[in-house]
Amino acid sequence: MASFTLQINGKSYTVDADPKMPLLWAIRDLVGLTGTKYGCGIAQCGACTVHFNGNPVRSCSIPVSTAVGQKITTIEGLSTDNSHPVQQAWIAEQVPQCGYCQSGQIMAAAALLKRNAHPNDQDIDLAMQGHICRCGTYPRIRKAIKTAAKLSTANAKN
Amino acid sequence: MDMQTKNNLSRRNFIRMSGMTGVALTIGYYLPALGKDGPEFFTAESADNLGIELTSWVSIDKTGKVTILCHRSEMGQGSYQVVPQMVAEELEVNLDTVNIAFAPGDPKKFGSMLTGGSSTVRGAYKNLLRTGATAREMLIEAASKKWTVNKEECYAENAQVIHKPSGKKLGYGELVEDAAKLTPPANVVLKQRKDYKIVGKPLPRQDTPLKVNGKAEFGLDKKLKGMLYAVVERNPRFVGKVKSFDDTAAKAVPGVKYVIKVQRNVFATKAEGVAVVADNLWSAMQGRKALKVEWDDSGFDYHSSDQLYAKMKESLKGNVLNFKSKGDFERVFGESEKKIEAIYETPYESHSCMEPLNCVAHVHDNKCEIWGPIQAPDWVQRELVGMLGLKIEDITVNMTFLGGGFGRKAFLDYPHEAALISREINAPVQVVWTREDDMAAGPFRPGMVYQCRAALGKEPYIRAFETKMAGQDMGHQWPGANKLSYNDSTTEGFLEPYFESIEHFSFGDIPLDSPIPVMWWRSVYSSTNGFAYESFMDELAIAAGTDPLEFRRNHLGDDRYQKLIDIIIEKTGWNTRKKNEGWGVAITECFKSIVGEVVKVSKKPDGKIKIDKIFAVMDCGWYVNPDIIRAQVEGSIVMALGAATKHETHFADGKAVEKNFDTYKMPRINDIPEIEVHVVDNDEKPGGVGEPGLPPLAPALCNAIFDLTGKRIRKLPFNMDEV
Repeated sequence: MASFTLQINGKSYTVDADPKMPLLWAIRDLVGLTGTKYGCGIAQCGACTVHFNGNPVRSCSIPVSTAVGQKITTIEGLSTDNSHPVQQAWIAEQVPQCGYCQSGQIMAAAALLKRNAHPNDQDIDLAMQGHICRCGTYPRIRKAIKTAAKLSTANAKN
Repeated sequence: MDMQTKNNLSRRNFIRMSGMTGVALTIGYYLPALGKDGPEFFTAESADNLGIELTSWVSIDKTGKVTILCHRSEMGQGSYQVVPQMVAEELEVNLDTVNIAFAPGDPKKFGSMLTGGSSTVRGAYKNLLRTGATAREMLIEAASKKWTVNKEECYAENAQVIHKPSGKKLGYGELVEDAAKLTPPANVVLKQRKDYKIVGKPLPRQDTPLKVNGKAEFGLDKKLKGMLYAVVERNPRFVGKVKSFDDTAAKAVPGVKYVIKVQRNVFATKAEGVAVVADNLWSAMQGRKALKVEWDDSGFDYHSSDQLYAKMKESLKGNVLNFKSKGDFERVFGESEKKIEAIYETPYESHSCMEPLNCVAHVHDNKCEIWGPIQAPDWVQRELVGMLGLKIEDITVNMTFLGGGFGRKAFLDYPHEAALISREINAPVQVVWTREDDMAAGPFRPGMVYQCRAALGKEPYIRAFETKMAGQDMGHQWPGANKLSYNDSTTEGFLEPYFESIEHFSFGDIPLDSPIPVMWWRSVYSSTNGFAYESFMDELAIAAGTDPLEFRRNHLGDDRYQKLIDIIIEKTGWNTRKKNEGWGVAITECFKSIVGEVVKVSKKPDGKIKIDKIFAVMDCGWYVNPDIIRAQVEGSIVMALGAATKHETHFADGKAVEKNFDTYKMPRINDIPEIEVHVVDNDEKPGGVGEPGLPPLAPALCNAIFDLTGKRIRKLPFNMDEV
């Protein structure tokens, strides 16, 4: 056991954990932010995706010890009021069904749009194919990413 | 709703559970007595006085806030949205003013609470509409009395009662106190469909905002004060005991508190396992890795997939348990000149909900509280009554959102196990199944083998039709089940009018006896029957030299089916098919809805096959929310595509082979073509929505591939790149 200080959503949290504990469980069980989900534990499904300095990573496969010093963003940190363009687009296109995988999907989509304001279908395939949705919301995810791109552009103009 | 539910769900309790305050009009219905057409409505006060139990409560408080207690799970299919839509329509309130609370398990009040069989709307729509209308009429009556006017001069709109001649208005909140003193009217007139403002409209789901920011609470997110975490090493062979275990190393892992033997109920059999309980989940997982267990599998058949399928195929030579037949299949088939035969195989499948199984239990002071992603809370109560020796009213099953269900979360092993562990350690505990546990333990969709035979007449019509279905019968697993009983789901998926138009038919099954636990998987037997029957229908159409859609049309006399075919032709451009394209169609019937799907395929430059587009036409009769229907059909198609072309559970050495998504390959965004869904408008009774879109996809896809390549696929799954 050791003590680690994590920067999550602009706040500092100190947790006592086994250095090998995956960041996912530190975020969920020690910090208490449960929006980030467990799906497979082997970086195959993307449900646990969070951002390190704006880049998507699989928190199930990163030891808590190596997360120190990273600017971590979880779904709870995307906005305080569902105002992020990806959240807005997800609502507009009615993407979620059960909703369980959507935190990861949204974090991946937000990171994609940050580095590519106008992704085409191939860009979307590449960025999103690490994410499994058993409810099959893929057609709406594709649509919502395009909607989010438009919303972001419109916001930038205003 | 973290509270004890007392024996009597009184008004006070309802108010507490729904978070309401102050005076409210609270009504519910009493399930109909024999000989009555519909339910009788009572206010909470009168029900308490009479000592009767009411179902499906709706309450309006002094601020005008409406709360509905929903007795169905929300696992993605939209009950959280469509139940309020129905009540709000008749109650004449804006959907935004309606709050929904999940009802805890209580079979006395809600009857069966199983969310399954795509039954939420079709099972309760009349009573939910009546509930809204009854409350509305009581509010109108209360207003008319206050104004001393004739109630026929008043109407309700936008949460107000309006006196038409004078224009006077009173909000519902101002009327609830008086309305609560009235007797609910015996008969209410429901609105005409043409006057609907909410039902039938694609209104956005109320749970969406919660599902884009991490706030929706799933079972896995439940945390109680002092809660411990457990993972369980289970016998990987489905049944069998723990011979011995060594927990020395496990207990040395920091955070590990207990290591105990537990039992998993698998239908009529039991399986043992060893639970590692720790103060955090990661420690429990580490402790489990350090555990050494010796299993006693004596008497267990170490089967493999090859052996299972060989056994099923061999069994097709024997007699069937006949479920449904007409005429004389054997004679007509025997004397016919044009005979077609085919064998189809479908795989075992895991449900693999994105939220792996988990359950929180707290057994204390002769009570048991459960929280979890559960499809049938009342079944959990009944299961625990026997195990804990408690009264049903001392067992509270609290509902959370479900991260997928698909039938798996109606099985009771995981709450059972959680309750056992909590009782043993005398503390609240969350039992978490890792993805590997969830995927490899079953129950699975049963693998099936179908033998189909038919005789065609000189005209392109089916003279005789026979299917033999070999595979596990889910109904044979329960304690005391009669293993000689036929499978009454043998015809699931097959269109009803075929039973009229085909003069000689026979449907039977040959049950496979196996210890592999099997369970409902989205659309149940239709999901595999549909592949066999609708692939075979295509083979018959080709043999008859007839267009596959017209061939079906010739056998479907009923107007509803004829219309469906017209819409399929119109929406897909079926009659404008080009030569270098492959087109396939399939139509199945499941939970009272009929769905036709058309798949269009073509060859990529490298010669491999790609799906260009999938069309679906869904006839589910009267409906509540067309956007949710489209979403459910899209999702069903994606899930069906996975089972047809991506994943399968194999068995070797008596164990499931695929344990995680690295080997159980899921469809991903880049596998999904454009999907276009049409919802049919008609006045038929409501049918299911969550499942019926699944069965036609696999046969429509394989029929399209045949159309393009001449290659007939009779075994699922297949690799699209290797066709």
